[in-house]
Amino acid sequence: MNAFQQLGHNALTMFQRLGRANLFLLAVLAGVPSLVMRLRLLIQQLYSVGVLSLVIIVVAGFFVGMVLGLQGYNILVDFGSEQSLGMMVALSLVRELGPVFSALLFAGRAGSALTAEIGLMKATEQLSGMEMMAVDPLKRVVAPRFVAGVLSMPLLAAIFSAVGVMGGYFVGVGLLGVDEGAFWSQMRSNVDFHDDIMNGVIKSVVFGTVVTWIAVFEGYDAVPTSEGVSRATTRTVIYSSLAVLGLNFILTALMFGEE
Amino acid sequence: MTGINDNLVEARGLTFQFGSRVIFDGIDLDLQRGKVTAIMGPSGTGKTTLLRLIGGQIRPTAGTIHVDGQEVPRLSRRDLFELRKRMGMLFQSGALLTDLSVFDNVAFPLREHTGLPETMVRDLVLMKLEAVGLRGAQRLMPSELSGGMARRVALARAIALDPMMIMYDEPFTGQDPISMGVLVKLIRDLNEVLGLTSIIVSHDVAEASQIADYIYVLSQGIVVGQGTPAELHDSDSEWVRQFMQGTPDGPVPFHYPAEDYAAELLSREDGR
Repeated sequence: MNAFQQLGHNALTMFQRLGRANLFLLAVLAGVPSLVMRLRLLIQQLYSVGVLSLVIIVVAGFFVGMVLGLQGYNILVDFGSEQSLGMMVALSLVRELGPVFSALLFAGRAGSALTAEIGLMKATEQLSGMEMMAVDPLKRVVAPRFVAGVLSMPLLAAIFSAVGVMGGYFVGVGLLGVDEGAFWSQMRSNVDFHDDIMNGVIKSVVFGTVVTWIAVFEGYDAVPTSEGVSRATTRTVIYSSLAVLGLNFILTALMFGEE
Repeated sequence: MTGINDNLVEARGLTFQFGSRVIFDGIDLDLQRGKVTAIMGPSGTGKTTLLRLIGGQIRPTAGTIHVDGQEVPRLSRRDLFELRKRMGMLFQSGALLTDLSVFDNVAFPLREHTGLPETMVRDLVLMKLEAVGLRGAQRLMPSELSGGMARRVALARAIALDPMMIMYDEPFTGQDPISMGVLVKLIRDLNEVLGLTSIIVSHDVAEASQIADYIYVLSQGIVVGQGTPAELHDSDSEWVRQFMQGTPDGPVPFHYPAEDYAAELLSREDGR
């Protein structure tokens, strides 16, 4: 009986939070237009959310690209089609690995930082203080961070894919001796702007929105103690990673399922 | 009824419940314009909650609160924000924005609300910082300030928009004697010089009695005593006397309710 009660309680809590998260998103979106007046805040956040995530994105992208080059070569060479390596590397990155990997890294780097920052502002009464100064923290604090996350994610994913292609090129052409001309021309003729690149961009916009939404909500909704903030940070990383992987499957099925 | 008389804040039958816990059970308060009123009581009586109710951050379960003739819980968000521009609040932690310098913290409300040119903002900020004696600290970051300095900067920020009232949340807690003295003097002086109305929530009896014109003592959700500091010190109520004089035992027992001492000691083995 008790376990049953617990189950019901957990379900209710979950739906309550989900409802709060949705209302929160609406309130944040309502605050977005006022950002036009505060571009400086947005630029600051673009820097701390986007630019500061660049290093990890570039390094990870290069390594993922190199592994793709290596594994791709080993598989393709058995069929004598190692010239298609460029296409294989580019398609895997643009369609799947670029958006997914960079969203996971983004959740770990920028998402957790956003949650911790907003959670600590709540714990130290900074958000309350702003409200008492008649400044809406949703507009002043949350909205610029949210928009910065949504804008940064597709750019980071694009950079990840581009650097990944370089990594694949470095291993495939530089080390394993794939023909350079074939590498690039196969890539150019088989990667479609609309079907592949735009779908990848759509994915990364969706991931960016979801990850940033989870991150700012968890921070804003955190229990205002050091323990509460640390829990919220952990939850951000877990929920946003799972959300990215789950949504990626759905999006892939919708975009590429009919071929 | 309100607005004509001399009360800036009036609460009638104010009731607030948090879950099933009753924090306030129908209290009446009258806070006079131009005076320093202290709200006192033991920890956990919801004194900070009272400030949040006055500031409209939370709504009462029942009863009314009027601030300057306006019924706070019924205000729209826009009107509430307008009202809050005329209220300053000093949080226990100071609540300074940690990513801004002292100067920018004090300039924050001016830049958000006034649209004044930057040269005028600068003059105003310097004046407010001078008033709390921290003009020299304008370039420091909040992390470089001591607790007492942080509170003084927060005070400068609270008076930046020249409010009609300031609410102080436990201003004396955790201060060394010198900072305490500075704060006591500042609160009193600012009240006189700027013609403010001050509300101090505190459990530091000595300091609060020193500057308050009128004191409300709250306990368990009701007003258990009120009056000038002198009146309260010699109150008829045993409870108020215990609180004001800080005696360890009295109507508020030293012991948390427990079963019989001897019985519990003897029952140790069965209890396991």
